[in-house]
Amino acid sequence: MKAFTYERAQSAEAAVKAATATPAAKFIAGGTNLLDLMKLEIEQPQHLIDVGRLPMAAVEDTADGGLKIGAMASNSHAAADPRVRQRYPLLSEAIVAGGSPQLRNKASVGGNLMQRTRCAYFYDTSKPCNKRQPGAGCAALEGLNRNAAIFGASHACIATHPSDMAVALAALDARVETLSPTGQARSFPILELHRLPAERPEMDTHLVPGELITAVVLPPPPKGAQVYRKVRDRASYAGGLASIAVAGPNVALGMVAHKPWRAVDAEAALAAGATPAEAMARELDGASSAGRNDFKIALVARLGAAALAEAKGERT
Amino acid sequence: MRTTITVNGQARALDLDPRTTLLDALREHLRLTGAKKGCDHGQCGACTVLVNGVRINSCLSLAVMHDGDEVTSIEGLGTTEALHPVQRAFLTEDAFQCGYCTPGQICSTVGMLAELEAAIPSQETPRGAKPALTDAEIRERMSGNICRCSAYPQIVAAIKSAAEAMA
Repeated sequence: MKAFTYERAQSAEAAVKAATATPAAKFIAGGTNLLDLMKLEIEQPQHLIDVGRLPMAAVEDTADGGLKIGAMASNSHAAADPRVRQRYPLLSEAIVAGGSPQLRNKASVGGNLMQRTRCAYFYDTSKPCNKRQPGAGCAALEGLNRNAAIFGASHACIATHPSDMAVALAALDARVETLSPTGQARSFPILELHRLPAERPEMDTHLVPGELITAVVLPPPPKGAQVYRKVRDRASYAGGLASIAVAGPNVALGMVAHKPWRAVDAEAALAAGATPAEAMARELDGASSAGRNDFKIALVARLGAAALAEAKGERT
Repeated sequence: MRTTITVNGQARALDLDPRTTLLDALREHLRLTGAKKGCDHGQCGACTVLVNGVRINSCLSLAVMHDGDEVTSIEGLGTTEALHPVQRAFLTEDAFQCGYCTPGQICSTVGMLAELEAAIPSQETPRGAKPALTDAEIRERMSGNICRCSAYPQIVAAIKSAAEAMA
């Protein structure tokens, strides 16, 4: 691990101020992903601003019947909140599908959104990776790309976003609240947080440097069933190959793109009366694969059809 | 950096490089070598300790992040004369072979039983239900602790017997 300096932020305002005042600074909350990457020297911050104890860990009802989850709430705390379990079971189930209990106890909700890809070449510092080292090239394009994206990839990067929680939040039309370095608070749909790789895969999100996620806000749950399904190589504690979140008419896919992928074509098809399988076929018209992940297209077709049928109350 | 952590009930003042993980602070600075360094990346669970009663991977946390926290490692759970019920159950049920992962397994079990008590769900918990101590729940909730000797059936048995003893 490279040397760095450390401070504990006394307020969110002080944290964003420190982040802009110090070169190569990063926020740390739980640290479960960041420290892992720092040990491998994939992340090399020169200064850490510990935001983990800021008073932003509460889960609160909102005036419109939704729920506000503080960015510093642990993943375990968010998944266990009775209101989350009752009104947004999809979110609770997506959270406990990710990581191990020890990681969920430590990892924050904000940090979950900011976690980085698990692409093998992002982790392997002996191989080129445009996300790790802009301009170096992408070894995944013709390499071990079994878990690569099938939507929205570019010639520069075919990595996927690994979060389960974010997929549920995408289906639930959650909003992200942040504090910008200028002290401005802003709120935007979660689908506008992460970006597609295009020519700049080193940038995972649209946040400006020093901008801090302060909360995730859920609108009242949509009418209709909620389902979360994840496919992976082991039954537990494994990253996903693909996942799907269904919340009423909303459908989001996970581990298939550089961001949580809202399946808008499938949604439109369903609204027009398509069967689950037809709706998934429509969505997958836009898919492309890179070789070892060819199977993901058939996998997502079946996974999606099964989850949508389950949401409709059909046996699968 | 000056950091004070209460470890097994005793306040310990440390002066640490910020890079020091909680695990290294325990093992290298406080000479508490019960928590083990297996993978050092949060994948094996051998470093599991309780922080303010909650189990975490001590390898994936900086010691300086724990200023003022209360840490319980395997050394703080019981003594050879007065074993913790989970320690006793692991012995009785023969829940280990080489023993390397065992301190992490035991600390993880203590944290896990508290999580069950607090109704924290797992992916095995039926929607809307309070989690119960079934074999499937135990296996799922202990999936962050690897046992390379594969003593898993005995670990599940030990956890069930410890939970009964503690009830």
